[in-house]
Amino acid sequence: MNIKLIITIAKSLLLARWKQTLVAAVGVTFSITMFITLLGFMSGLNDLLDGLILNRTPHIKLFNEIKASKEQPIDLSDKFKGNYHFIHSIKPSNARQEIYNNGAILKTLKNDNRVKGIAPKIVAQVFYNVGAIDVTGVINGIDVEAENTLFFFKDYVTKGNYIDLMNVPNSIILGKGVADKMLANIGDVVQVTTPKGDRIQLKVVGFFQSGLQELDKVQSYASLATSQKLLGKSNNYITDIQIKLNDITYAPAIAKEFAKTFEIDAEDIQTANSQFETGSSVRTLISYAVGITLLIVAGFGIYNILNMMIFEKMDSIAILKATGFSGKDVNAIFMIIALSIGFFGGLFGLLFGFGLSSIIDQIPFNTAALPTIKTYPINYNPKFYTIGITFSLITTYFAGLFPARKASRIDPVVIIRGK
Amino acid sequence: MSQIILQAKGINKSFHDPIKIQILKDIDFTINKGEFVSIIGKSGCGKSTLLYILSTMDTDFEGELLIDGESTKNKKEGQLALIRNEKIGFVFQFHYLLNEFNVLRNVMLPGLKLGKYSEKEIEHRAMEKLKILGIESEALKPANQLSGGQKQRVAIARALINDPLIIMGDEPTGNLDKKNSNIVFDIFKELAHEFKQTLLIVTHDNEFAKSTDRIIEMEDGRIIKL
Repeated sequence: MNIKLIITIAKSLLLARWKQTLVAAVGVTFSITMFITLLGFMSGLNDLLDGLILNRTPHIKLFNEIKASKEQPIDLSDKFKGNYHFIHSIKPSNARQEIYNNGAILKTLKNDNRVKGIAPKIVAQVFYNVGAIDVTGVINGIDVEAENTLFFFKDYVTKGNYIDLMNVPNSIILGKGVADKMLANIGDVVQVTTPKGDRIQLKVVGFFQSGLQELDKVQSYASLATSQKLLGKSNNYITDIQIKLNDITYAPAIAKEFAKTFEIDAEDIQTANSQFETGSSVRTLISYAVGITLLIVAGFGIYNILNMMIFEKMDSIAILKATGFSGKDVNAIFMIIALSIGFFGGLFGLLFGFGLSSIIDQIPFNTAALPTIKTYPINYNPKFYTIGITFSLITTYFAGLFPARKASRIDPVVIIRGK
Repeated sequence: MSQIILQAKGINKSFHDPIKIQILKDIDFTINKGEFVSIIGKSGCGKSTLLYILSTMDTDFEGELLIDGESTKNKKEGQLALIRNEKIGFVFQFHYLLNEFNVLRNVMLPGLKLGKYSEKEIEHRAMEKLKILGIESEALKPANQLSGGQKQRVAIARALINDPLIIMGDEPTGNLDKKNSNIVFDIFKELAHEFKQTLLIVTHDNEFAKSTDRIIEMEDGRIIKL
């Protein structure tokens, strides 16, 4: 088969009816444009909502839960072995929240190649003193730099500079809600009370807004050193180790492994936040469904136009066959017509889709809950573009299949004698 | 001893729809290289049907057809297309040029399909054929801008492009006025005598037939005169 010749003929047929061709191609372009835009926007939104949780939730959190010991003294006694024990009013022992031997754990984690990064943390319960009133709250002692690389800390500091937390001794970044309650401004000094009754004065260097207002009314951030000082602990005291993994899907398995190895409590993100995944996957499903529906409609358009073209070009097909073009050649000609409509329509669809997404990306979108978001979120994942062009080719292939087969089966004798 | 180009052996054909009608009955004849043959007969006597069988386009018949010593039986559609492309040139009553292409391109198409020569060579050959038919000046015009007579000459040039063993014509002058008919007829004669081209023309124009080398007369699906 002479491919070059077949393509030339297909091209001529296409261009001879360029208005119809354009209509067919515009159909494909439109649906691909909408497909790309819809998916980009939808998954941008998904990422945003997931990010609300994912960005600030470690994939695995290592900590010491306050709980009663699993092994009670009676279990250790040989005398009562094999009996069933009923014990009432068990209380947790005076275990410390501190993670023991955390230096070694941190070192092991740093060398684990499944781990993307780790950030140690101290969670300290405090009271914010507002005049005569004490407001309960939590101060998170963080490793500022690690926190920023892993959990985008900077993005949530809406006022002030996050790095001051590290550079200014005895500094604090207040949650927006806390700051409003305390009527505190940047540069002010606020007073907090620790559970043990110590009072400490801290300098406000910024405000923190997470997007979850309940959280902002309670949480504040200080550096690890400040928190250790606040609690009167030594400089190797930490209560939590936050871990980010390279692949989040392995979190539950790895969490179990770490819990066993380090003899510690480990909580994975899937267990902690199981609801958000459901939402994202349903939204994605809907966008795909709509996009593919659009494409199928465009496919019917192409089918119609090809059928019409074959009807009009009966004579040409007959003569091509009479002069030695086989059914296969004719089939190839119409398949090339269909696929080139799909390809070029799809290509422009990708371009327009990208354009439309970029425009949506510029539309202002301000909400108090999401301080870092200024415009509508768009995801430019190349995956959507690949799926878009693939689907446009597949749809047009099927739209062309039947008309092309019909054309290849035209009997030249019938046409020529019919004149 | 002249070479046999086309041989029909006991060809029978019937239409089954709506009732069985036999169109062709025991057709037997041969055509030798360089012959200028015409098939005449009244409308409905089956002469066009026979031509389409001989051209390999109609494969629904009984009997055997040999082209260039090769049987067309049990050949696939693609193989038959190749035979048509290489060995048979076609001129129809209606010109059937492709309006999407210019004249030159129309002539070149079967040559490009065969792919025996380079595109440049085919273009050169197409121009030569057009020159023989006296329409080389129209070569670059779109096909639909030509007059009826010119179109038919382009169709003949297209039939010639692959130097076929035989040219078949189905009433090639049927749609033309007297003057153009004569031109086309003169061209056929010139092809037959000067270029030793084998020709098989179906016509009901007795005058046309008389000036061919050999007349095959048909009546009611039979050959009554070879």
